Amino acid sequence: MPHRIACLGGIYSNHLALAQALRDITGRGVDQIVCLGDMGAFGPHPDQVFPLLAEYGVTCLQGNYDDSIGNALDDCQCGYTDERDNYFAQLSYDYTLDNTSDENRRFLRHLPPQLRTEIGPLRILFCHGSPRRVNEFLWQSTTSTAFLQRLAAEQKVDVIAATHTGIKWHRPLPEGRHFVNVGCLGRPENDGRKNVWYTMLEFRDGQLQVEFVPVEYDTHTLVQEMRHERLPDEFMETILSGWWTTCLEILPSKERQRGPH
Amino acid sequence: MPMTVQHSPSISLASLDQLWFQVAGTLCNLTCHHCFISCSPHNRSFGFLTLPAVKQRLEEARELGVKEYYFTGGEPFLNPQMTEILVATLRYGPATVLTNGTVWKDHWLEALHRAEQMSEYSLEFRVSIDGFSAQTNDPIRGEGTFDRILQGIQRLVEAGFIPIITATRTWPETSELEIVREFRKTLKKIGYTRPRLKILPALKIGAEAQRTRGYGPLDRVTTEMLDGYDLSQLVCHQSRIVTNRGVHVCPILIDAPDSLLGNSLQEAAVDFPLSHGACYTCFQYGSICTNPSSPSGSQKTPTPPPQSHA
Repeated sequence: MPHRIACLGGIYSNHLALAQALRDITGRGVDQIVCLGDMGAFGPHPDQVFPLLAEYGVTCLQGNYDDSIGNALDDCQCGYTDERDNYFAQLSYDYTLDNTSDENRRFLRHLPPQLRTEIGPLRILFCHGSPRRVNEFLWQSTTSTAFLQRLAAEQKVDVIAATHTGIKWHRPLPEGRHFVNVGCLGRPENDGRKNVWYTMLEFRDGQLQVEFVPVEYDTHTLVQEMRHERLPDEFMETILSGWWTTCLEILPSKERQRGPH
Repeated sequence: MPMTVQHSPSISLASLDQLWFQVAGTLCNLTCHHCFISCSPHNRSFGFLTLPAVKQRLEEARELGVKEYYFTGGEPFLNPQMTEILVATLRYGPATVLTNGTVWKDHWLEALHRAEQMSEYSLEFRVSIDGFSAQTNDPIRGEGTFDRILQGIQRLVEAGFIPIITATRTWPETSELEIVREFRKTLKKIGYTRPRLKILPALKIGAEAQRTRGYGPLDRVTTEMLDGYDLSQLVCHQSRIVTNRGVHVCPILIDAPDSLLGNSLQEAAVDFPLSHGACYTCFQYGSICTNPSSPSGSQKTPTPPPQSHA
């Protein structure tokens, strides 16, 4: 029974941050590494993340982006309506689809959407957006505790771990339950810092310990690669500034007020 | 008016995620020509909800695991307890208030900003406007309202909020991109540098039915149309609304007698037939009432009408 699980969310083709996180995780020692989906998007050379996931034996789940790329759908299924957000989302999606090999697309297509396991004595459910919908956004400021408690009870689990929003958070729930958004490795989380995050879950001292671990990586090289691939300046600005410049429409008031855009 | 209920597909409440409050009844300081429940300074067919009444519903909602709360009217800020109601709600979950932006006082906004800062949850303001100039807005909302609404938005921004500006689509969809760009320019001119917009389809009921032709007899949802359709796009699949009369199926249909489903949230968790013309608009556009940050809150491109409706 695992007691220590490292959780990766939203890699968004950031192979440099992924490599750094996996080295760090290996150094700390874990029972399992779980990636909650969205391998591609935003960054350069989408195929480069897959050998790393295989090398480190990462258990992978399917995110909405993986479903889209795997099945060559029309878009990423994030549901933007804003003209500018849609423009950048589509540009990123088309680039990722064009540059993901058939073999990796087959891998994405067959990933499971969820994983149920245990951490210590606690039942845990890993998913991408929410247990009921792969592209449901569970933001800290728009998700009531009562709702999370209901989800956990319906799913008959003690812990729900998700990603999809790109911003980490943790809320202890009544009756010893927890919700954890594990954040993402692909881009900084709109806080003006360049680092990205993974999450370490551990059952210790009779309870779940949640540690958000910052990952510093070579942003300069990533931006060079993005420039070479002619990805938009706005994406590079996010990597270098730590502020989101696109995909802003879906941010609720509190999360959006933290950034300048 | 409902057509043939027996032939309309019925929708179950899959999950009560959003709870709405008709907090100001049908009382409004404006008389917009496209209002789907004909709110006005004289329409008292629905009354205010009091703070204790709202608190009782919030307790009920917490038991059922409601995710977020929405407040509408009429004009919510005509309810003298509106600020207290929003402050109380932020202890239960995220709150969104739909307002015309013309009646609030600065000390209300200060109190609400403090409450949001102290809460883990977002307080969203959705301010309604129509068009990017007095020439397009005022014929719908009333003489002089364009300037008053802009001043209201400016005060909100100065108080630290980033409101969602909603506009009902009263223009041809082909000119939408241009209209939205003009909207943004107008809002930036008054200091709202990162405007958030939500465009709503017109609902051809209430005052809007007088203004346009209303729904035709074929503008109805059929069982065949729901084949393969994502039901979470329908408001009634995951919402209910509380008025002073009880619990209704959705914020759009409160005027319809069959919309009142019960006295408690649990009683109102029953199937509802999509027999109204407005159900057809909801079907076409999807998620017309929720915020873009909500699960299926992003409006989709309108579903092309089936052949028989073309």
